Amino acid sequence: MYFDSFQALLTMNGHGIYVWPAYLITIVVIIAVLVAPVRRRNRLLEQLAAELRRTESAAVSGVRGQQ
Amino acid sequence: MSAPHTGQFCALLLRRQLLLAMRRPIEMGNPLLFFTMVIVLFPLGLGPAPDKLAIFAPGVLWITALLSNLLTSDAVFRSDFDDGSLEQLVLAPQPLFLSALAYILAHWLTTGLLLALVSPIFALMLNLPVSALGTLIVSLLLGTAVLSLLGGIGAALTVGLKRGGVLISLLILPLYLPVLIFGTAAVQAAVTGAPSGPYLAILGAMLSLAIALAPLAIAAGLRISIDA
Amino acid sequence: MWTFFHKLGSPPWLYAIAGAILRWLVPITLVALVGGMVWGLLLTSPDFRQGNSYRIIYIHVPAAVVALAGYYVMAIAGAISLIWRMKMADVVMKAAAPVGAALTFIALLTGAIWGKPTWGTWWVWDARITSMLILLFLYLGVVALYEAFDNKEAAGKACAVLSLVGMVNIPIIYKSVDWWYSLHQPASIKFSGESTIDPSMLYPLLLMIAAFYALFTCCLLMNMRAELLQRESRTQWVKKIAVKEGRG
Repeated sequence: MYFDSFQALLTMNGHGIYVWPAYLITIVVIIAVLVAPVRRRNRLLEQLAAELRRTESAAVSGVRGQQ
Repeated sequence: MSAPHTGQFCALLLRRQLLLAMRRPIEMGNPLLFFTMVIVLFPLGLGPAPDKLAIFAPGVLWITALLSNLLTSDAVFRSDFDDGSLEQLVLAPQPLFLSALAYILAHWLTTGLLLALVSPIFALMLNLPVSALGTLIVSLLLGTAVLSLLGGIGAALTVGLKRGGVLISLLILPLYLPVLIFGTAAVQAAVTGAPSGPYLAILGAMLSLAIALAPLAIAAGLRISIDA
Repeated sequence: MWTFFHKLGSPPWLYAIAGAILRWLVPITLVALVGGMVWGLLLTSPDFRQGNSYRIIYIHVPAAVVALAGYYVMAIAGAISLIWRMKMADVVMKAAAPVGAALTFIALLTGAIWGKPTWGTWWVWDARITSMLILLFLYLGVVALYEAFDNKEAAGKACAVLSLVGMVNIPIIYKSVDWWYSLHQPASIKFSGESTIDPSMLYPLLLMIAAFYALFTCCLLMNMRAELLQRESRTQWVKKIAVKEGRG
Protein backbone atom coordinates (compact mmCIF):
# COMPACT_ATOMS: atom_id res chain seq x y z
CA MET A 1 0.00 0.00 0.00
CA TYR A 2 1.53 3.20 -1.15
CA PHE A 3 -0.25 5.61 1.16
CA ASP A 4 0.80 5.83 4.80
CA SER A 5 -2.52 6.77 6.30
CA PHE A 6 -6.16 6.97 5.37
CA GLN A 7 -5.85 10.75 5.46
CA ALA A 8 -3.10 10.58 2.88
CA LEU A 9 -5.25 8.30 0.75
CA LEU A 10 -8.07 10.81 0.74
CA THR A 11 -6.07 13.89 -0.07
CA MET A 12 -3.44 12.31 -2.35
CA ASN A 13 -1.21 15.35 -2.09
CA GLY A 14 -3.97 17.66 -3.19
CA HIS A 15 -4.97 15.53 -6.17
CA GLY A 16 -7.59 13.64 -4.22
CA ILE A 17 -10.22 16.18 -5.17
CA TYR A 18 -9.79 15.09 -8.77
CA VAL A 19 -9.16 11.39 -8.41
CA TRP A 20 -11.97 10.52 -6.03
CA PRO A 21 -14.86 12.23 -7.83
CA ALA A 22 -13.66 10.72 -11.09
CA TYR A 23 -13.63 7.23 -9.63
CA LEU A 24 -16.91 7.69 -7.78
CA ILE A 25 -18.80 9.00 -10.81
CA THR A 26 -17.40 6.12 -12.84
CA ILE A 27 -18.56 3.61 -10.25
CA VAL A 28 -22.04 5.17 -10.21
CA VAL A 29 -22.28 4.98 -14.01
CA ILE A 30 -21.02 1.39 -14.02
CA ILE A 31 -23.61 0.37 -11.45
CA ALA A 32 -26.34 2.16 -13.40
CA VAL A 33 -25.36 0.48 -16.62
CA LEU A 34 -25.34 -2.95 -14.95
CA VAL A 35 -28.56 -2.55 -13.02
CA ALA A 36 -30.79 -0.90 -15.65
CA PRO A 37 -31.20 -3.94 -17.93
CA VAL A 38 -31.89 -6.20 -14.97
CA ARG A 39 -34.63 -3.90 -13.75
CA ARG A 40 -36.08 -3.64 -17.24
CA ARG A 41 -36.15 -7.42 -17.52
CA ASN A 42 -37.80 -7.88 -14.13
CA ARG A 43 -40.39 -5.23 -14.84
CA LEU A 44 -41.21 -6.87 -18.17
CA LEU A 45 -41.61 -10.31 -16.59
CA GLU A 46 -43.79 -8.92 -13.79
CA GLN A 47 -46.06 -7.17 -16.25
CA LEU A 48 -46.32 -10.25 -18.40
CA ALA A 49 -47.04 -12.53 -15.43
CA ALA A 50 -49.76 -10.20 -14.16
CA GLU A 51 -51.32 -10.05 -17.60
CA LEU A 52 -51.29 -13.84 -17.88
CA ARG A 53 -52.93 -14.21 -14.48
CA ARG A 54 -55.63 -11.73 -15.47
CA THR A 55 -56.46 -13.46 -18.74
CA GLU A 56 -56.36 -16.85 -17.00
CA SER A 57 -58.82 -15.85 -14.27
CA ALA A 58 -61.02 -14.17 -16.83
CA ALA A 59 -61.09 -17.38 -18.87
CA VAL A 60 -61.86 -19.48 -15.80
CA SER A 61 -64.66 -17.23 -14.57
CA GLY A 62 -65.98 -17.07 -18.11
CA VAL A 63 -66.15 -20.86 -18.23
CA ARG A 64 -67.82 -21.02 -14.83
CA GLY A 65 -70.35 -18.44 -15.85
CA GLN A 66 -71.35 -20.55 -18.78
CA GLN A 67 -71.89 -23.70 -16.78
CA MET B 1 -42.39 1.84 -74.58
CA SER B 2 -39.14 0.59 -73.12
CA ALA B 3 -37.67 1.91 -69.88
CA PRO B 4 -35.31 4.84 -70.43
CA HIS B 5 -31.62 4.27 -70.44
CA THR B 6 -30.10 4.97 -66.99
CA GLY B 7 -28.06 7.98 -68.07
CA GLN B 8 -31.07 9.51 -69.76
CA PHE B 9 -33.16 8.84 -66.67
CA CYS B 10 -30.72 10.55 -64.37
CA ALA B 11 -30.40 13.51 -66.69
CA LEU B 12 -34.17 13.84 -66.74
CA LEU B 13 -34.28 13.63 -62.94
CA LEU B 14 -31.61 16.27 -62.66
CA ARG B 15 -33.42 18.54 -65.06
CA ARG B 16 -36.67 18.04 -63.14
CA GLN B 17 -35.11 18.89 -59.80
CA LEU B 18 -33.43 21.99 -61.20
CA LEU B 19 -36.63 23.17 -62.84
CA LEU B 20 -38.56 22.67 -59.62
CA ALA B 21 -35.99 24.65 -57.73
CA MET B 22 -35.81 27.45 -60.21
CA ARG B 23 -39.55 27.84 -60.29
CA ARG B 24 -39.26 29.05 -56.74
CA PRO B 25 -36.37 31.47 -56.85
CA ILE B 26 -37.26 32.90 -53.46
CA GLU B 27 -36.91 29.51 -51.89
CA MET B 28 -33.62 29.04 -53.60
CA GLY B 29 -32.50 32.34 -52.15
CA ASN B 30 -33.35 31.28 -48.61
CA PRO B 31 -30.05 29.62 -47.77
CA LEU B 32 -28.19 32.57 -49.23
CA LEU B 33 -30.26 34.91 -47.09
CA PHE B 34 -29.53 32.72 -44.09
CA PHE B 35 -25.86 32.81 -44.95
CA THR B 36 -25.94 36.61 -45.06
CA MET B 37 -27.76 36.98 -41.77
CA VAL B 38 -25.41 34.64 -39.95
CA ILE B 39 -22.35 36.38 -41.37
CA VAL B 40 -23.74 39.63 -40.01
CA LEU B 41 -24.05 38.04 -36.57
CA PHE B 42 -20.34 37.57 -36.22
CA PRO B 43 -19.15 41.19 -36.30
CA LEU B 44 -22.08 42.10 -34.09
CA GLY B 45 -21.11 39.45 -31.63
CA LEU B 46 -17.34 39.67 -31.85
CA GLY B 47 -16.80 43.36 -32.46
CA PRO B 48 -16.08 45.17 -35.73
CA ALA B 49 -12.30 45.44 -35.38
CA PRO B 50 -11.07 44.57 -38.89
CA ASP B 51 -8.00 42.65 -37.88
CA LYS B 52 -9.95 40.48 -35.45
CA LEU B 53 -12.56 39.74 -38.08
CA ALA B 54 -9.86 38.81 -40.53
CA ILE B 55 -8.45 36.24 -38.14
CA PHE B 56 -11.78 34.52 -37.78
CA ALA B 57 -12.97 35.03 -41.33
CA PRO B 58 -12.05 31.60 -42.78
CA GLY B 59 -13.75 29.79 -39.91
CA VAL B 60 -16.79 32.04 -39.90
CA LEU B 61 -17.35 31.66 -43.64
CA TRP B 62 -16.98 27.93 -43.48
CA ILE B 63 -19.17 27.42 -40.42
CA THR B 64 -21.88 29.51 -41.98
CA ALA B 65 -21.69 27.54 -45.23
CA LEU B 66 -21.99 24.36 -43.18
CA LEU B 67 -25.06 25.60 -41.33
CA SER B 68 -26.72 26.77 -44.55
CA ASN B 69 -26.15 23.36 -46.05
CA LEU B 70 -27.61 21.71 -42.98
CA LEU B 71 -30.69 23.89 -43.28
CA THR B 72 -31.45 22.85 -46.84
CA SER B 73 -30.46 19.19 -46.60
CA ASP B 74 -33.60 18.22 -44.76
CA ALA B 75 -35.85 19.12 -47.67
CA VAL B 76 -34.02 17.24 -50.44
CA PHE B 77 -36.37 14.28 -50.51
CA ARG B 78 -39.25 15.45 -48.37
CA SER B 79 -41.66 16.87 -50.93
CA ASP B 80 -41.23 13.85 -53.18
CA PHE B 81 -41.75 11.56 -50.22
CA ASP B 82 -44.95 13.33 -49.27
CA ASP B 83 -46.60 13.05 -52.65
CA GLY B 84 -45.50 9.48 -53.34
CA SER B 85 -43.13 10.08 -56.23
CA LEU B 86 -40.21 8.88 -54.13
CA GLU B 87 -41.88 5.51 -53.75
CA GLN B 88 -42.17 5.31 -57.53
CA LEU B 89 -38.50 6.16 -57.84
CA VAL B 90 -37.55 3.37 -55.45
CA LEU B 91 -39.62 0.91 -57.46
CA ALA B 92 -38.20 2.06 -60.76
CA PRO B 93 -35.80 -0.27 -62.59
CA GLN B 94 -33.03 2.34 -62.72
CA PRO B 95 -30.41 1.93 -59.99
CA LEU B 96 -31.52 3.97 -57.01
CA PHE B 97 -28.04 5.13 -56.09
CA LEU B 98 -27.66 6.92 -59.41
CA SER B 99 -31.06 8.57 -59.06
CA ALA B 100 -30.05 9.66 -55.57
CA LEU B 101 -26.87 11.14 -57.03
CA ALA B 102 -29.00 13.15 -59.43
CA TYR B 103 -31.00 14.59 -56.54
CA ILE B 104 -27.84 15.51 -54.66
CA LEU B 105 -26.27 17.08 -57.72
CA ALA B 106 -29.35 19.24 -58.16
CA HIS B 107 -29.19 20.18 -54.49
CA TRP B 108 -25.55 21.16 -54.74
CA LEU B 109 -26.10 23.18 -57.90
CA THR B 110 -28.80 25.20 -56.20
CA THR B 111 -27.11 25.65 -52.83
CA GLY B 112 -23.40 24.95 -52.51
CA LEU B 113 -22.44 26.22 -55.94
CA LEU B 114 -24.32 29.47 -55.46
CA LEU B 115 -22.85 29.88 -52.00
CA ALA B 116 -19.33 29.38 -53.27
CA LEU B 117 -19.80 31.95 -56.03
CA VAL B 118 -21.34 34.51 -53.68
CA SER B 119 -18.84 34.00 -50.86
CA PRO B 120 -16.24 36.57 -51.99
CA ILE B 121 -18.68 39.37 -51.14
CA PHE B 122 -18.92 38.20 -47.56
CA ALA B 123 -15.26 37.38 -47.39
CA LEU B 124 -14.47 40.99 -48.18
CA MET B 125 -16.98 42.14 -45.58
CA LEU B 126 -15.03 40.11 -43.07
CA ASN B 127 -11.72 41.49 -44.26
CA LEU B 128 -10.40 38.30 -45.73
CA PRO B 129 -7.29 39.12 -47.78
CA VAL B 130 -8.01 39.17 -51.49
CA SER B 131 -5.26 36.64 -52.13
CA ALA B 132 -7.29 34.00 -50.34
CA LEU B 133 -10.48 34.48 -52.31
CA GLY B 134 -9.65 31.97 -55.00
CA THR B 135 -8.88 29.27 -52.47
CA LEU B 136 -12.06 30.16 -50.61
CA ILE B 137 -14.18 29.59 -53.70
CA VAL B 138 -12.51 26.31 -54.62
CA SER B 139 -12.63 24.99 -51.07
CA LEU B 140 -16.31 25.85 -50.83
CA LEU B 141 -17.04 24.25 -54.20
CA LEU B 142 -15.41 20.99 -53.17
CA GLY B 143 -16.53 21.11 -49.57
CA THR B 144 -20.19 21.92 -50.11
CA ALA B 145 -20.38 19.05 -52.58
CA VAL B 146 -19.24 16.69 -49.82
CA LEU B 147 -21.66 18.35 -47.41
CA SER B 148 -24.54 17.85 -49.85
CA LEU B 149 -23.68 14.18 -50.19
CA LEU B 150 -23.45 13.67 -46.43
CA GLY B 151 -26.61 15.70 -45.86
CA GLY B 152 -28.35 13.45 -48.33
CA ILE B 153 -27.62 10.45 -46.11
CA GLY B 154 -29.23 12.17 -43.13
CA ALA B 155 -32.14 13.29 -45.26
CA ALA B 156 -32.74 9.79 -46.62
CA LEU B 157 -32.75 8.26 -43.15
CA THR B 158 -35.10 10.85 -41.65
CA VAL B 159 -37.41 11.68 -44.55
CA GLY B 160 -40.21 9.48 -43.24
CA LEU B 161 -40.08 10.74 -39.68
CA LYS B 162 -42.63 13.20 -38.42
CA ARG B 163 -40.39 15.03 -36.03
CA GLY B 164 -37.16 14.59 -37.93
CA GLY B 165 -36.08 18.22 -38.16
CA VAL B 166 -33.41 18.63 -35.54
CA LEU B 167 -32.48 14.98 -35.61
CA ILE B 168 -30.83 15.31 -39.01
CA SER B 169 -28.45 17.91 -37.57
CA LEU B 170 -27.39 15.58 -34.77
CA LEU B 171 -26.82 12.78 -37.26
CA ILE B 172 -24.69 14.54 -39.82
CA LEU B 173 -22.79 17.24 -37.94
CA PRO B 174 -20.15 14.78 -36.75
CA LEU B 175 -19.65 13.73 -40.35
CA TYR B 176 -19.31 17.34 -41.47
CA LEU B 177 -16.39 18.03 -39.16
CA PRO B 178 -13.48 16.77 -41.29
CA VAL B 179 -14.73 18.90 -44.20
CA LEU B 180 -14.83 21.92 -41.91
CA ILE B 181 -11.35 21.25 -40.61
CA PHE B 182 -9.71 21.00 -44.00
CA GLY B 183 -11.82 23.70 -45.62
CA THR B 184 -10.79 26.29 -43.08
CA ALA B 185 -7.22 25.00 -43.16
CA ALA B 186 -7.09 25.59 -46.90
CA VAL B 187 -8.33 29.16 -46.61
CA GLN B 188 -6.11 29.80 -43.63
CA ALA B 189 -3.10 28.57 -45.56
CA ALA B 190 -3.95 30.89 -48.43
CA VAL B 191 -4.21 33.81 -46.00
CA THR B 192 -0.76 33.18 -44.60
CA GLY B 193 0.70 32.61 -48.03
CA ALA B 194 1.35 28.92 -47.56
CA PRO B 195 0.35 26.52 -50.34
CA SER B 196 -3.26 25.51 -49.97
CA GLY B 197 -3.03 22.81 -52.64
CA PRO B 198 -2.56 19.90 -50.23
CA TYR B 199 -5.69 20.80 -48.26
CA LEU B 200 -7.74 21.22 -51.40
CA ALA B 201 -6.42 17.86 -52.55
CA ILE B 202 -7.64 16.29 -49.32
CA LEU B 203 -11.03 17.88 -49.86
CA GLY B 204 -10.99 16.42 -53.32
CA ALA B 205 -10.20 13.00 -51.91
CA MET B 206 -13.10 13.31 -49.47
CA LEU B 207 -15.32 14.25 -52.38
CA SER B 208 -14.28 11.19 -54.34
CA LEU B 209 -14.95 8.93 -51.38
CA ALA B 210 -18.29 10.60 -50.75
CA ILE B 211 -19.40 10.31 -54.39
CA ALA B 212 -18.50 6.63 -54.33
CA LEU B 213 -20.11 5.66 -51.02
CA ALA B 214 -22.76 8.18 -50.01
CA PRO B 215 -25.25 7.32 -52.80
CA LEU B 216 -25.28 3.72 -51.58
CA ALA B 217 -26.13 4.83 -48.05
CA ILE B 218 -28.70 7.27 -49.43
CA ALA B 219 -30.35 4.55 -51.50
CA ALA B 220 -30.44 2.22 -48.49
CA GLY B 221 -31.89 5.01 -46.35
CA LEU B 222 -34.57 5.81 -48.91
CA ARG B 223 -35.62 2.17 -49.13
CA ILE B 224 -35.84 1.94 -45.35
CA SER B 225 -37.87 5.13 -45.08
CA ILE B 226 -40.29 4.06 -47.80
CA ASP B 227 -40.77 0.63 -46.24
CA ALA B 228 -41.41 2.06 -42.79
CA MET C 1 -21.09 -25.15 -37.97
CA TRP C 2 -24.25 -24.06 -39.73
CA THR C 3 -26.39 -25.33 -36.87
CA PHE C 4 -24.47 -22.93 -34.64
CA PHE C 5 -25.41 -19.99 -36.86
CA HIS C 6 -28.93 -21.29 -37.12
CA LYS C 7 -29.17 -21.48 -33.34
CA LEU C 8 -27.85 -17.92 -33.12
CA GLY C 9 -30.98 -16.85 -34.90
CA SER C 10 -33.19 -18.47 -32.32
CA PRO C 11 -34.28 -16.09 -29.56
CA PRO C 12 -34.84 -18.62 -26.75
CA TRP C 13 -31.47 -20.22 -27.38
CA LEU C 14 -29.74 -16.85 -27.40
CA TYR C 15 -31.55 -15.85 -24.22
CA ALA C 16 -30.51 -19.05 -22.45
CA ILE C 17 -26.90 -18.96 -23.53
CA ALA C 18 -26.58 -15.28 -22.63
CA GLY C 19 -27.88 -16.13 -19.19
CA ALA C 20 -25.40 -18.98 -18.85
CA ILE C 21 -22.48 -16.77 -19.81
CA LEU C 22 -23.58 -14.00 -17.47
CA ARG C 23 -23.68 -16.35 -14.52
CA TRP C 24 -19.89 -16.54 -14.45
CA LEU C 25 -19.01 -13.37 -16.36
CA VAL C 26 -20.65 -10.93 -13.97
CA PRO C 27 -18.71 -12.08 -10.89
CA ILE C 28 -15.46 -12.09 -12.87
CA THR C 29 -16.16 -8.58 -14.13
CA LEU C 30 -16.88 -7.24 -10.68
CA VAL C 31 -13.77 -8.85 -9.22
CA ALA C 32 -11.62 -7.51 -12.06
CA LEU C 33 -13.06 -4.00 -11.76
CA VAL C 34 -12.69 -3.80 -8.00
CA GLY C 35 -9.29 -5.44 -8.07
CA GLY C 36 -8.01 -3.19 -10.82
CA MET C 37 -9.28 -0.06 -9.10
CA VAL C 38 -7.76 -1.03 -5.78
CA TRP C 39 -4.48 -1.85 -7.49
CA GLY C 40 -4.41 1.42 -9.36
CA LEU C 41 -5.53 3.56 -6.48
CA LEU C 42 -3.60 2.08 -3.62
CA LEU C 43 -0.83 -0.18 -4.74
CA THR C 44 1.05 1.75 -7.39
CA SER C 45 3.37 4.64 -6.79
CA PRO C 46 2.47 8.04 -8.22
CA ASP C 47 3.73 9.30 -11.54
CA PHE C 48 6.88 11.39 -11.46
CA ARG C 49 5.40 14.30 -13.39
CA GLN C 50 1.68 14.12 -12.73
CA GLY C 51 1.61 12.96 -9.17
CA ASN C 52 -1.42 11.11 -7.94
CA SER C 53 -3.86 12.47 -10.51
CA TYR C 54 -2.46 10.09 -13.11
CA ARG C 55 -4.42 7.35 -11.34
CA ILE C 56 -7.40 8.47 -13.37
CA ILE C 57 -5.72 6.73 -16.28
CA TYR C 58 -6.99 3.45 -14.91
CA ILE C 59 -10.56 4.39 -15.73
CA HIS C 60 -10.10 6.94 -18.52
CA VAL C 61 -8.10 4.82 -20.94
CA PRO C 62 -10.11 1.58 -20.53
CA ALA C 63 -13.38 3.47 -20.92
CA ALA C 64 -12.10 5.22 -24.07
CA VAL C 65 -10.74 2.03 -25.62
CA VAL C 66 -13.89 0.00 -25.00
CA ALA C 67 -16.15 2.90 -26.07
CA LEU C 68 -14.44 2.95 -29.45
CA ALA C 69 -14.44 -0.83 -29.75
CA GLY C 70 -18.10 -0.84 -28.78
CA TYR C 71 -18.96 1.38 -31.71
CA TYR C 72 -17.36 -1.11 -34.05
CA VAL C 73 -19.30 -3.94 -32.39
CA MET C 74 -22.48 -1.98 -32.92
CA ALA C 75 -21.69 -1.12 -36.53
CA ILE C 76 -20.66 -4.67 -37.44
CA ALA C 77 -23.75 -6.10 -35.78
CA GLY C 78 -25.79 -3.61 -37.78
CA ALA C 79 -24.04 -4.64 -40.98
CA ILE C 80 -24.75 -8.32 -40.28
CA SER C 81 -28.40 -7.56 -39.63
CA LEU C 82 -28.64 -5.60 -42.90
CA ILE C 83 -26.69 -7.93 -45.15
CA TRP C 84 -27.75 -11.34 -43.82
CA ARG C 85 -31.11 -10.21 -42.40
CA MET C 86 -30.30 -11.70 -39.01
CA LYS C 87 -32.79 -10.25 -36.57
CA MET C 88 -30.60 -11.24 -33.66
CA ALA C 89 -27.75 -9.11 -34.95
CA ASP C 90 -30.21 -6.22 -34.81
CA VAL C 91 -30.74 -7.01 -31.10
CA VAL C 92 -26.98 -6.91 -30.49
CA MET C 93 -26.72 -3.55 -32.19
CA LYS C 94 -29.51 -2.00 -30.17
CA ALA C 95 -28.09 -3.44 -26.95
CA ALA C 96 -24.64 -2.01 -27.62
CA ALA C 97 -25.64 1.61 -28.20
CA PRO C 98 -26.51 2.83 -24.69
CA VAL C 99 -23.59 0.98 -23.10
CA GLY C 100 -21.15 2.51 -25.56
CA ALA C 101 -22.61 5.94 -24.96
CA ALA C 102 -22.25 5.55 -21.20
CA LEU C 103 -18.61 4.48 -21.55
CA THR C 104 -17.88 7.40 -23.85
CA PHE C 105 -19.39 9.67 -21.24
CA ILE C 106 -17.14 8.19 -18.57
CA ALA C 107 -14.12 8.65 -20.82
CA LEU C 108 -14.99 12.28 -21.50
CA LEU C 109 -15.72 13.13 -17.88
CA THR C 110 -12.63 11.47 -16.47
CA GLY C 111 -10.56 12.98 -19.25
CA ALA C 112 -11.78 16.46 -18.37
CA ILE C 113 -11.24 15.93 -14.64
CA TRP C 114 -7.76 14.60 -15.34
CA GLY C 115 -7.02 17.64 -17.46
CA LYS C 116 -7.51 20.11 -14.63
CA PRO C 117 -4.51 19.22 -12.49
CA THR C 118 -2.41 18.28 -15.49
CA TRP C 119 -2.96 21.24 -17.78
CA GLY C 120 -4.73 23.71 -15.50
CA THR C 121 -8.02 23.88 -17.38
CA TRP C 122 -11.17 21.80 -17.23
CA TRP C 123 -11.36 21.35 -20.96
CA VAL C 124 -8.73 21.29 -23.66
CA TRP C 125 -9.65 20.83 -27.29
CA ASP C 126 -6.98 18.28 -27.86
CA ALA C 127 -7.32 15.56 -30.44
CA ARG C 128 -8.28 12.77 -28.10
CA ILE C 129 -10.91 14.58 -26.05
CA THR C 130 -12.44 16.21 -29.12
CA SER C 131 -12.61 12.84 -30.88
CA MET C 132 -14.26 11.34 -27.79
CA LEU C 133 -16.84 14.10 -27.85
CA ILE C 134 -17.59 13.39 -31.51
CA LEU C 135 -17.85 9.68 -30.71
CA LEU C 136 -20.45 10.55 -28.06
CA PHE C 137 -22.45 12.45 -30.68
CA LEU C 138 -22.23 9.50 -33.04
CA TYR C 139 -23.59 7.20 -30.33
CA LEU C 140 -26.34 9.61 -29.32
CA GLY C 141 -27.29 9.99 -32.97
CA VAL C 142 -27.88 6.25 -33.24
CA VAL C 143 -29.93 6.20 -30.03
CA ALA C 144 -31.98 9.23 -31.13
CA LEU C 145 -32.60 7.78 -34.59
CA TYR C 146 -33.86 4.53 -33.10
CA GLU C 147 -36.29 6.36 -30.83
CA ALA C 148 -37.60 8.54 -33.66
CA PHE C 149 -38.92 5.64 -35.73
CA ASP C 150 -42.30 4.20 -34.81
CA ASN C 151 -41.73 1.09 -36.89
CA LYS C 152 -39.03 -0.67 -34.91
CA GLU C 153 -37.90 -2.88 -37.75
CA ALA C 154 -37.20 0.16 -39.88
CA ALA C 155 -35.56 1.77 -36.86
CA GLY C 156 -33.09 -1.10 -36.63
CA LYS C 157 -32.22 -0.92 -40.32
CA ALA C 158 -31.82 2.86 -40.25
CA CYS C 159 -29.52 2.64 -37.25
CA ALA C 160 -27.53 -0.05 -38.99
CA VAL C 161 -26.96 2.26 -41.97
CA LEU C 162 -26.09 5.15 -39.68
CA SER C 163 -23.63 3.10 -37.61
CA LEU C 164 -21.93 1.91 -40.79
CA VAL C 165 -21.61 5.45 -42.08
CA GLY C 166 -20.20 6.42 -38.70
CA MET C 167 -17.80 3.50 -38.71
CA VAL C 168 -16.38 4.53 -42.07
CA ASN C 169 -16.05 8.09 -40.83
CA ILE C 170 -14.42 7.47 -37.46
CA PRO C 171 -10.86 7.06 -38.83
CA ILE C 172 -11.36 10.10 -41.06
CA ILE C 173 -12.70 12.17 -38.20
CA TYR C 174 -9.95 11.10 -35.84
CA LYS C 175 -7.20 11.80 -38.35
CA SER C 176 -8.70 15.20 -39.19
CA VAL C 177 -9.03 16.24 -35.57
CA ASP C 178 -5.57 14.93 -34.76
CA TRP C 179 -4.05 16.90 -37.63
CA TRP C 180 -6.09 19.97 -36.73
CA TYR C 181 -4.84 19.87 -33.18
CA SER C 182 -1.23 19.48 -34.23
CA LEU C 183 -1.67 22.55 -36.41
CA HIS C 184 -3.05 24.72 -33.66
CA GLN C 185 -1.25 23.22 -30.72
CA PRO C 186 -0.05 25.98 -28.46
CA ALA C 187 3.52 25.38 -27.45
CA SER C 188 2.85 25.54 -23.73
CA ILE C 189 0.37 22.70 -23.55
CA LYS C 190 1.88 19.54 -24.80
CA PHE C 191 0.20 16.28 -24.06
CA SER C 192 3.28 14.36 -23.06
CA GLY C 193 2.35 10.99 -24.42
CA GLU C 194 3.21 7.93 -22.43
CA SER C 195 6.64 7.40 -23.96
CA THR C 196 7.63 4.55 -21.70
CA ILE C 197 5.21 3.32 -19.14
CA ASP C 198 6.57 1.51 -16.18
CA PRO C 199 5.46 -2.15 -15.98
CA SER C 200 4.13 -1.64 -12.47
CA MET C 201 1.75 0.91 -13.95
CA LEU C 202 1.05 -1.03 -17.11
CA TYR C 203 -0.30 -4.21 -15.55
CA PRO C 204 -3.15 -2.65 -13.60
CA LEU C 205 -4.01 -0.69 -16.76
CA LEU C 206 -4.21 -3.90 -18.79
CA LEU C 207 -6.34 -5.48 -16.08
CA MET C 208 -8.73 -2.55 -16.13
CA ILE C 209 -8.95 -2.63 -19.91
CA ALA C 210 -9.83 -6.31 -19.76
CA ALA C 211 -12.30 -5.57 -16.96
CA PHE C 212 -14.00 -2.89 -19.03
CA TYR C 213 -14.25 -5.22 -22.02
CA ALA C 214 -15.88 -7.75 -19.71
CA LEU C 215 -18.18 -5.04 -18.37
CA PHE C 216 -19.23 -4.11 -21.88
CA THR C 217 -19.95 -7.73 -22.69
CA CYS C 218 -22.01 -8.17 -19.52
CA CYS C 219 -24.10 -5.10 -20.20
CA LEU C 220 -24.47 -6.12 -23.83
CA LEU C 221 -25.75 -9.57 -22.89
CA MET C 222 -28.08 -8.22 -20.22
CA ASN C 223 -29.51 -5.64 -22.58
CA MET C 224 -29.94 -8.33 -25.20
CA ARG C 225 -31.89 -10.51 -22.80
CA ALA C 226 -34.25 -7.68 -21.87
CA GLU C 227 -34.67 -6.77 -25.54
CA LEU C 228 -35.39 -10.37 -26.52
CA LEU C 229 -38.05 -10.68 -23.83
CA GLN C 230 -39.68 -7.50 -25.04
CA ARG C 231 -39.66 -8.41 -28.72
CA GLU C 232 -40.87 -11.96 -28.18
CA SER C 233 -43.34 -11.22 -25.38
CA ARG C 234 -46.19 -12.88 -27.27
CA THR C 235 -44.45 -16.24 -27.62
CA GLN C 236 -44.73 -19.37 -25.52
CA TRP C 237 -41.16 -19.49 -24.28
CA VAL C 238 -41.36 -15.96 -22.89
CA LYS C 239 -44.71 -16.67 -21.27
CA LYS C 240 -43.24 -19.71 -19.56
CA ILE C 241 -40.39 -17.62 -18.14
CA ALA C 242 -42.83 -14.95 -17.00
CA VAL C 243 -44.92 -17.49 -15.13
CA LYS C 244 -41.82 -18.95 -13.55
CA GLU C 245 -40.06 -15.74 -12.63
CA GLY C 246 -42.60 -12.94 -12.58
CA ARG C 247 -43.19 -12.06 -9.01
CA GLY C 248 -46.55 -13.28 -7.75
